[in-house]
Amino acid sequence: MTSLRRKQGVILLTVGGLIAVFLPLMTGPYVIHLAITVLFFGYLGMAWNILGGYAGQFSFGHAAFFGIGAFTSSLLQLHAGVNPWIGMLLAGTAGLLLGLFIGYLCFRYGLHGPYFALAMLALAEMMRLLAVQWMSSKYPLGINLPILGDSFLKFQFRSKVPYYYIMLVMMTGVLYISHAIERKRLGLYFKAIRENENAAESLGINVFRNKLVAMAISSFLTAMGGTFYAQYYLTIDDEAAFGTAVSIEVLLGPIIGGAGTVFGPLLGAGILEFLSETTRNLLGGYSGVHLMVYGAILVTVIIFLPNGVLGGLKSITGRYGKKGEEIAYGDSRGR
Amino acid sequence: MAILEVDRLSKAFGGLVAVKDLSFTLNEGEILGIIGPNGAGKTTLFNLVTGFYKPNTGKVVFRGEDITGIRPHEICKRGLVRTFQITQPFANLTVLENVRIGAHSRIRSSREATEEALRLLQKIGLYEKRNEMAGTLSIGHRKSLELGKALATKPEVILLDEVVAGLNSREANDMIARIREIREEGLTVLLIEHVMKAIMSLSDRIVVIHYGEKIGEGRPEDISKDPRVIEAYLGEEYVLAKGH
Repeated sequence: MTSLRRKQGVILLTVGGLIAVFLPLMTGPYVIHLAITVLFFGYLGMAWNILGGYAGQFSFGHAAFFGIGAFTSSLLQLHAGVNPWIGMLLAGTAGLLLGLFIGYLCFRYGLHGPYFALAMLALAEMMRLLAVQWMSSKYPLGINLPILGDSFLKFQFRSKVPYYYIMLVMMTGVLYISHAIERKRLGLYFKAIRENENAAESLGINVFRNKLVAMAISSFLTAMGGTFYAQYYLTIDDEAAFGTAVSIEVLLGPIIGGAGTVFGPLLGAGILEFLSETTRNLLGGYSGVHLMVYGAILVTVIIFLPNGVLGGLKSITGRYGKKGEEIAYGDSRGR
Repeated sequence: MAILEVDRLSKAFGGLVAVKDLSFTLNEGEILGIIGPNGAGKTTLFNLVTGFYKPNTGKVVFRGEDITGIRPHEICKRGLVRTFQITQPFANLTVLENVRIGAHSRIRSSREATEEALRLLQKIGLYEKRNEMAGTLSIGHRKSLELGKALATKPEVILLDEVVAGLNSREANDMIARIREIREEGLTVLLIEHVMKAIMSLSDRIVVIHYGEKIGEGRPEDISKDPRVIEAYLGEEYVLAKGH
């Protein structure tokens, strides 16, 4: 049973991987742009998922990390001529430091659930307002990166295809990290903290430190995503970097696909992109209607699949699994 | 030889004194029972000893080391672990994962921790349930799981908070046998229990707490005859009526 499931998984992964690698040969820039968006939000969703899904610390302000990443690499490039690849690492570091700072404050004083979510939202808003104030005098038109031509070293391309492959590599990387966390002691510690902090602490888990570790990984990766965004669009402003919309889009994928699972965020990002493109194509003529339909579908999914699509699938296969067989998943709503 | 010393421990919540000037020692290899009416401060005492609360005064000494005020996870790493009266399973994780978390406190490798957890599950009678979600277990199985999680950390001293209460008589007998087995393997046990059959048959010594203070200490047969203990449990009239 388990080995069969494993075999199916390997086949699915191989097919998916092959399609992903050869996709640019088969389609045009429109599809590639959609694919980049899916991979990009899959990447951000997975980064969020490490903190929000596995460790159960629901952040409503990941835009803070995303924005500081985009700003750090862009400003370093403009003012100090720092290569964007190095800028990306520095962006990740900046995000990590911000994450450790806010994480230290929140977790030290035991902020939980909605209080932590709101503290994160407040952080992102604070960053946004700072950016608004600062940019109104220095960059009233947003930060625009100079066009330097078609070069891997400069992280700029005329075609979308190289961006696609870069994002594919980044997404695969974070997919691998999620998978490793899931299988290692660290992942079990994160889940233990999510499920019951007191019990975790009593069994020798340093809850505070492990929450900070989750925060550090998540904020580092999210900030690197910010750099990719800035390099892809070559422009960044306060709203695109620190806006609440960013925070929501980051966590929507994991929520729809299944938080606390390896593939949930990517699946969720795919579903969301499919829905938003389809509704826009079908109803684009009536302005605003596609957003209403999109919203209605989202609400429906959240009501009927509170654990996301993957969580829902698992509870179905768990329920119909035969007695005595390895049932690895149950209905997690039955707390 | 004393492995755990509780020295003049006090804890107040606002005006309510939950534990007052309480001292006792736990000797290596023994089972010490703690009894007292509801609200006597037994669970507060456990929370103080395992670092979940900080005492106002007094100290806790474990293996000659002052552990007062250090964090619960550090106390666990030193070999002192507790269970919770209201069971605290990791509800959306499997029974096996629950016990693995405990085993990971001293084993890094996933595979070894899993092996250790499976071995323990067999011992506590939950092997068949290993792939079920902990949140779906019955109360009896939950109490066993509490014990399994704590044992997985391989402690020297285990604090059991009402692991027999709420079980049916067959489950209770199994649990009592299991606690005896644990002691025979060399663990020292501090036991809070309301079920008299369990506490009287298991304990080498008993400490009686009432309103946060120690009102009696001794062997089970002496404790059950102590008028102050009977008074605390059954009221003054009962003692007077019996003519003590």
